[in-house]
Amino acid sequence: MPAPMTLFTVAQRAMSAQLVRMNSAASNLANAGSVTGSEGDAYRPMRAVFAQELDQRTGLSTVRVAGVHRTDAAPVKRHDPGNPLADAEGNVFEAPVDQNAEMVEMLESARQYQNMVEALQTAKQLMLETMRIK
Amino acid sequence: MSDSIFGIHGAALELRSQRMGLLASNIANAGTPGYKARDLDFASALKARMGGAEGDQAAEAATLYRVPVMPSLDGNTVEMATEQTAFAENAVAYSATLSFIRGKVETLTRAMKGD
Repeated sequence: MPAPMTLFTVAQRAMSAQLVRMNSAASNLANAGSVTGSEGDAYRPMRAVFAQELDQRTGLSTVRVAGVHRTDAAPVKRHDPGNPLADAEGNVFEAPVDQNAEMVEMLESARQYQNMVEALQTAKQLMLETMRIK
Repeated sequence: MSDSIFGIHGAALELRSQRMGLLASNIANAGTPGYKARDLDFASALKARMGGAEGDQAAEAATLYRVPVMPSLDGNTVEMATEQTAFAENAVAYSATLSFIRGKVETLTRAMKGD
């Protein structure tokens, strides 16, 4: 039987989940503009999907990364015969990364992470104060 | 024993701590699709608790889903402004309850020391 969930587990897991989300956004941004010679090999952007995890005993619920999925956006086909990676018809395939969307994703994730840290700080402070009653 | 010493404040502190957990869960799940934010109706939980209900049962019966101001497309009903305000309010109330308890403890220690 796993240990009952505490506020610290909730915050820690939420922060790890946000980190996974931030990492996938960073990977997407890093691969923006990368080209390949075939449609199948082109980079597909990744997205972390969160799921709720409820602890029945304490009523607390935290986050779990249900999976990191590749989006099915089609790579951008560009005619560029001069490119060394171009296929027989002179086409290259560019990763379909929307840089604005990725930046927004990162910003939102950072904000939610920050919120969690602040909530944790307050909760920790109150717990310490409760322990110091004498 | 501790109930008669701390009166309503013992129960209040316990419920405040439970509410803090719920609100932290909401903040943690701000990015989870389909998550429904929950909150504790503190007044009715405390009433039930003083009426003799056990701590967990009183809190469970008074836990309600939050009605969002503007529902989002992914079914998540966490609104950061609402949650943060509720969390801050709850933290202040927790502090207040804590000082009541501290006052009680100080009174008792003084009485025991006799100075």
